[in-house]
Formats: sequence, C-alpha cells, structure tokens
Amino acid sequence: MLYIKCPYCGYRSQNEFAYGGDATVKRPELNKEVTDKEWDNFVYLRKSPRGKHLELWHHVSGCRQWIKVLRDTNTHEIFNTYKSEDKVET
Amino acid sequence: MQKYSVLSLIKNAFSSHKDWEVAWKDQDPKKEYDVVIIGGGGHGLATAYYLAKEHKITNIAVIEKGWIGGGNIGRNTTIIRSNYMHDENALFYEKGMELWRSMSQDLNFNIMFSPRGIINLAHSDAQMNAYARRGNSMKLNGIDAVLLNREEVKNKVPILDFSDNVRFPIFGGLMQPSAGTARHDAVAWGYARQADSMGVDIVQHCEVTGFDISNGKIKGIKTSRGDIKAKKVGLCVAGSTSILADMLNMTLPIETHLLQACVSEPIKPLLDHVVTFGAGHFYCSQSDKGEMVMGGDLDGYNSYAQRGNLPTLQHVLTEGIAMFPFLSKLKMLRTWGGIMDMSMDGSPIIDKTHIQGLYLNCGWCYGGFKATPASGFTFAHTIAQDKVHELNAGFRLDRFSTGHLIDEKGLGTKTWIS
Ligand SMILES: Cc1cc2nc3c(=O)[nH]c(=O)nc-3n(C[C@H](O)[C@H](O)[C@H](O)COP(=O)(O)OP(=O)(O)OC[C@H]3O[C@@H](n4cnc5c(N)ncnc54)[C@H](O)[C@@H]3O)c2cc1C
Ligand SMILES: [Zn+2]
Repeated sequence: MLYIKCPYCGYRSQNEFAYGGDATVKRPELNKEVTDKEWDNFVYLRKSPRGKHLELWHHVSGCRQWIKVLRDTNTHEIFNTYKSEDKVET
Repeated sequence: MQKYSVLSLIKNAFSSHKDWEVAWKDQDPKKEYDVVIIGGGGHGLATAYYLAKEHKITNIAVIEKGWIGGGNIGRNTTIIRSNYMHDENALFYEKGMELWRSMSQDLNFNIMFSPRGIINLAHSDAQMNAYARRGNSMKLNGIDAVLLNREEVKNKVPILDFSDNVRFPIFGGLMQPSAGTARHDAVAWGYARQADSMGVDIVQHCEVTGFDISNGKIKGIKTSRGDIKAKKVGLCVAGSTSILADMLNMTLPIETHLLQACVSEPIKPLLDHVVTFGAGHFYCSQSDKGEMVMGGDLDGYNSYAQRGNLPTLQHVLTEGIAMFPFLSKLKMLRTWGGIMDMSMDGSPIIDKTHIQGLYLNCGWCYGGFKATPASGFTFAHTIAQDKVHELNAGFRLDRFSTGHLIDEKGLGTKTWIS
C-alpha cells in the first residue's frame, strides 16, 4: 500500500487516489499549428523510466485536487509531493 | 539431440535417469554473431527457433540477463485465445492457434496445450449485442465463436453465481471453444532446447547495457560480459523495452506497468473452462494441479518492481468472489507479479526501426503469452528478410503518428486505465 502525502490533506492511503500518468508531458500550445510529431509526442510517446518518475495523481476520494508525486518506479519510494502548479526540477 | 519418447523414458529408467542429455547448453558469449536476440523469454526463444528452422540462420545468440523462463514467460496465467475483432489481431493470433496445436509435436516437448475453451461473460443486453458482433467478426476470419445464452452458460459453468439478487447478473457469454491454456515454462524450455540443438547460443546471466551504432547502422551490443558484434539485433525484452529504448535514444508508445496473478490451494476438478468477468477485469481457470489460477487488473501506476500491491489484488478478488462465491472459502497459495510493456492502443509492435539492422518486438500488454509462436514466426521473418511479414504488417511502430491504431478494446491511449 502506498501512502501519498497530499499537499492539501496530508498522508492518505493509495485507495483514495487515482493515477494520472507522467506529469512531465506538455500539451502543445493552444492556438498554434501543431505538427504530427508534436501531437505524437504529447499523446503517445512516454519515457517510462525505471527510477525517478514525476507523475500526476488525483485525490479523487479526498479534496479532489490533482497533485504531482515524485516516485521511484522500481522501489515505490515517494521522494516528494507537490501542488499541481508547482514547478518541479527533474 | 536426444529425442523424448516413451522409449527414451524407459531406457533412461534403467540408468535411474542419470544419463539424460542437458536440454540446452549454458553458453558463454562469442565475440560475433549474425543475429543477436536480446531477451530469453518466450518471444526471444521462439524468434531464435524460427530463424534457425525457417530461415536457416544459426549463428545466433539469445542474450538473457537472468535465466531462461524467469521473466513473464514463467509468470503468466497461460491463457491462449484468438477472440479478437480487428483483422490485424485476429489473423495474427489465429496463426498462433495453428502453431499452438502442433507445438508439442514440433518441439518434441510436451507443452500441455489444453484447448478447454474460454467464456467471456456478458452482464447486459448491450454486452450480448457487442459479443454477437465480435463473434461474427471472428467467424468471418475463420475463428470459432459461439454465443451462449444464460442457460447454456449455466450448463457449462454451474458453479457461477446465477442467483437473482447479484449486482451483475449473467445474461450469457461468448465462447471460443478452441482457446485454452498451456504449460508456460515448458514453452520456454521447448523452444530453448530446439534452438540450442540447431546451433543457437543461449547465453544466460548476461545483461545488455548499451548498443554500438554507427552511421545509422547497428554494429553490436555492450553487455555485462563484454562487447558482442552483430549484423542484426532483435529486441524481445517485454517489460524492459523502455529501458533499452532509452539506451537507443528512442521514446516509444509504451509504458511499463505491473500485473499480478495468484493461485489458490488445490481443490478437486471444478472448472472446465477459462472464464472471464464481463463487468470488470477478472479471469479464472483451474490448473492441472487443481489450483484456481486468477488474475485481473494492472496495479495502475508505472512500475518496474516485479511485485505487486495489495489494493489491486483485493479489488480483483472482489470481482472474483462476485462471480464465484465459493472462492471466498479458499486459501491463497501464492501471488506474484510481472512487468508489462503496455502499448498505447493495447496492440503489439513488431517492426523495423530507423536504425538499420535493429528490430523491435514489444507492446504485448496482458496477452503476450498466447502470441509467443506467432510473434517468433513473424519476428524471425522480419529480421531475416529485413521486411515485415503480412501477419505483422499492421503492428507498425509508426501507426500512432499516422493514425492507424489497432484499438481493440476502445481504451484509447491509456490502456493502463481500465
Ligand atoms: C501475471 C501475468 C499474467 C499474464 N497472463 C497472460 C495470459 O493469461 N495470457 C497471455 O497471453 N499473456 C499473459 N501475460 C503476458 C505474457 O506473459 C507476456 O506478454 C509475454 O510473456 C512477454 O513476452 P516474453 O515471454 O518474451 O517476455 P519475458 O519472459 O519477460 O522475456 C523478456 C526477457 O528479457 C530479459 N531482459 C530484459 N532486459 C534485458 C537486458 N538488458 N539484457 C538481457 N536480457 C534482458 C528479461 O530478463 C526477460 O527474461 C501475463 C503476464 C503476467 C505478468
Ligand atoms: Zn487531498
């Protein structure tokens, strides 16, 4: 069982959260021509690293905020959690 | 190679079974090969076997970081089927069914193929309609499909919960009678033994750590046991694909996720078929030893851990108990997990890459065991001929950017959300 520290609610069980995937993926800017390559990168291509992974989680059965979690995909250690608007160096 | 038969069994009984030849040799890597296959799972071994058998290429090494059978080939729940709707998948997996049926003879190794049939349960009229459509598509592709009503399901699997007050009543189901199960490690061992006998080097405990590429062409690989030159290299590393892709500066339409399975204590024969829940993700069959073999959803977040987490197991078994209430009385014997190469449309990739001489086999998601023979067959062709076989022509790497997805389940780009 993962214990995830929601920046708003504190430590909560994994059961209260839904996973949202890689948080480093950026949607191509709005109102600009998007190339097929950019769209491919955004929609389909993922680094899927073994090790540190910055990811989105949704505290769906809690405060319903989206948060960022820096987690190790091999050991499941959670290094830190952030509000969704926080800039995180990876 | 020593042939396995009743006679050889009797003969070896006289020497107390001490004189059997080793099934395959534990080779040290040579300096150079025509083809190097990375990954000694089912797909890598089958590919080496077909390269030697069909294409007469025998200067091959299969490079495995652990031991043969230690990856997903030895961790799956052994379901074999071809009940797909889209042509690309249906024809590919049906070729697989043909190869499964003759595999024990072809490999001279009893892989215990058991075509006991699979039943997908339906829990609403809409689902019955969807199954009728899928069944018809299957029949058009020459695959056996039978739509069962509630009574017919009850006759085949009386142990299911048919009471009136269940949350997801059983309306019927779609059955593929020729589907079934096989002994998974035997598949790895059988391919390894035949490939070895044709001259393939099976190199265990040798981890690939890098690639040698110049002018857009593959030259060889770097491993924990030294550099190896190769004219062609094929990747068959399943859940580790993204790690090797990173060494190649490639980003793939794949994420690695964890899938768990479990078996109960053994009980007397009770379940004759493979049965899947239609209102969630749970499936069950009974092993020859009598254990109930069960599995379902992914853990749900990127993972390379090769071991699972309890919330998912609890969720999956809740579905199981809804289907088969008696399961709640059984003790759990073992649980385990494997890391899965989840592609973005749920279908696999068997293709060439932008690097000349480098070939990619990945994206097997929940279902790569049943694909083992067809994957080896088509990947060997792709490597030997440097062009795709018609059966894997749809499993292109660039289908995501061109929009030719094979979205079998309608799950879109997040096959790990279900
Ligand atoms: C719990 C579970 C249940 C499943 N149930 C089913 C099922 O019922 N039906 C079905 O069809 N499929 C099922 N699958 C999926 C199926 O097992 C896989 O899709 C399939 O086995 C993957 O192909 P493989 O056998 O070649 O993989 P693996 O056996 O995983 O082979 C890949 C090999 O590559 C090696 N490797 C990785 N990195 C390196 C490196 N750097 N250098 C050298 N070697 C390396 C690994 O050690 C491994 O041995 C299941 C999987 C799991 C985990
Ligand atoms: Zn919260």
